[in-house]
Amino acid sequence: MKSGKFWAWVVFGIGTAYFFIPLLATFEFSLRMRRGVHSFDAYQVVLGDPRFQATFLYSVIAAIFTIILGVLVVVPAAYWIRLRLPQIRPIVEFITLLPLVIPAIVIVFGYIRMYGSSSPLPFLASDLGASALLVIGYATLALPYMYRAVDTGLRTIDVRTLTEAAQILGAGWTTIITRVILPNVLIAVLSGAFLTFAIVIGEFTMASLLNRPAFGPYLQNIGANRAYEPAALAIIAFAITWGCMSLIQILSRFAPKSANRPN
Amino acid sequence: MTDLSLSNQSIATKPAPPTEATAFRLPTQWIGVAPFFVFTLMFLIMPTLYLVIGAFQTGEGGFTLDNILQLVSDPSISNSYWVSIKISFWSAIVGAFAGLAIAIAIVRGGLPSWVRSATLTFSGVASNFAGLPLAFAFIATLGRVGIVTVLLRDIFNLNIYALGFNFLTTWGLIVVYLFFQIPLMVVIIVPAIDGLKKEWNEAAATLGATQWQYWRMVVIPVLFPSFLGTVILLFANAFGAIATAYAFAGPQLNIVPIKLYSQINGDVLHNPQLGYAIAFGMIVITGLANVFYIWFRTRSERWLK
Repeated sequence: MKSGKFWAWVVFGIGTAYFFIPLLATFEFSLRMRRGVHSFDAYQVVLGDPRFQATFLYSVIAAIFTIILGVLVVVPAAYWIRLRLPQIRPIVEFITLLPLVIPAIVIVFGYIRMYGSSSPLPFLASDLGASALLVIGYATLALPYMYRAVDTGLRTIDVRTLTEAAQILGAGWTTIITRVILPNVLIAVLSGAFLTFAIVIGEFTMASLLNRPAFGPYLQNIGANRAYEPAALAIIAFAITWGCMSLIQILSRFAPKSANRPN
Repeated sequence: MTDLSLSNQSIATKPAPPTEATAFRLPTQWIGVAPFFVFTLMFLIMPTLYLVIGAFQTGEGGFTLDNILQLVSDPSISNSYWVSIKISFWSAIVGAFAGLAIAIAIVRGGLPSWVRSATLTFSGVASNFAGLPLAFAFIATLGRVGIVTVLLRDIFNLNIYALGFNFLTTWGLIVVYLFFQIPLMVVIIVPAIDGLKKEWNEAAATLGATQWQYWRMVVIPVLFPSFLGTVILLFANAFGAIATAYAFAGPQLNIVPIKLYSQINGDVLHNPQLGYAIAFGMIVITGLANVFYIWFRTRSERWLK
């Protein structure tokens, strides 16, 4: 048993070294912009760059719309399957897994060919249309995570009883979904939302191929042309991812754990 | 509150909802899932089918297998598939074993409980830390003037680039991909290890099994399907990744997703139909991998319930 514990520490130590050396080195590297001393110059340059601000804002807005679209598509479907159509659950689960099978670059390639400016649905004919298509593409990428998060949330509440109670009180479908179901799965939806945000914020392939002024293509451009700024951007990106994951963990403490969990 | 009761009354006084429900029985049954099906059909299934069909068509629309055959006969394309498969395969295998070792260490190694929670939190973050920022981090660490490169050179007189290290080699990329592959394995396999019941160990001990026999005849057979399933998920994960590799070398690196990226951007292969075929090939490979994944997953769930 003693040796087992020793080896556990060895494995943990090697793992820690592999994961922390690049992060520490990147941080140290990002402080080196001014010759001879450590300074936060690289961060100042990056944060003060108007292109950083513009592209970052664009990606944040795209992420927010992605989350809204994802909720609109996933919540009614997941709710309805629990309430009325449990028999189609396997089909829907299979579809939500498809974005893990079909690489993002293939999906966006399909968009470019199907929704080009001379097609019947010319999303790519205007800037707004192309941005809408980017949001749609992001919602597709986030689909597996969003669906799983919402479905897990719905599992912890008694959907049928809540719906019937609301119906007896005279509520319509819109009222039931927005005022009864959504508040009950809000924490699950928010977990899905933050994960979506983390995935979408620095996404490169789709934004670049749809020619959108998003944060991902900006990162690529800086990475190809500068020395210290990319390191600062890597630290900033890591901090954003960390922030999203911490929020999910904090939220999970508030999630209900009762009701009709099958296990 | 008054608002609510008012709006409820107005809904309640609407004429005869039951007749409405019987009159439109079929559509109302599907109305909740309609947005989902319309969305996925338009923006996931149809665009993919469009490419799949295009892969079997000539520029004029006739049926052909030439595009698919060219994937094999064109050495630069078949080579890019080969490199991609090699990188994905080895980063999945190495990542899976390293992740498994870490998972066993933190769950069964008798380490303090903060180690487990810290590792799981970090793994959640690192498995999502991919793309361009990951490449930047490794350039700052092991690039030509990276911190670790310089330290090794100055202190140990060891020039890793003279020894053949390069991000653009298969192993260079694998080292970088492990940064998200290992944590993904940890995140998925820890619940599976948690699912091993204490009673199984006790039952095995009662029947006179040694610790080694318990591992060989209980732990490994139970964990194996979810382990193998996760290996396949890691494979698909690396196979579609493009941004990290693109940050190292731009369009020059010869892996499939970058080849497709260049083709979409500028028809570098001078045959639009060939782009469809490359996309089709990618779907076939990740699709096959995932069919195995689902199969192993359902097998392992039987035990972990």
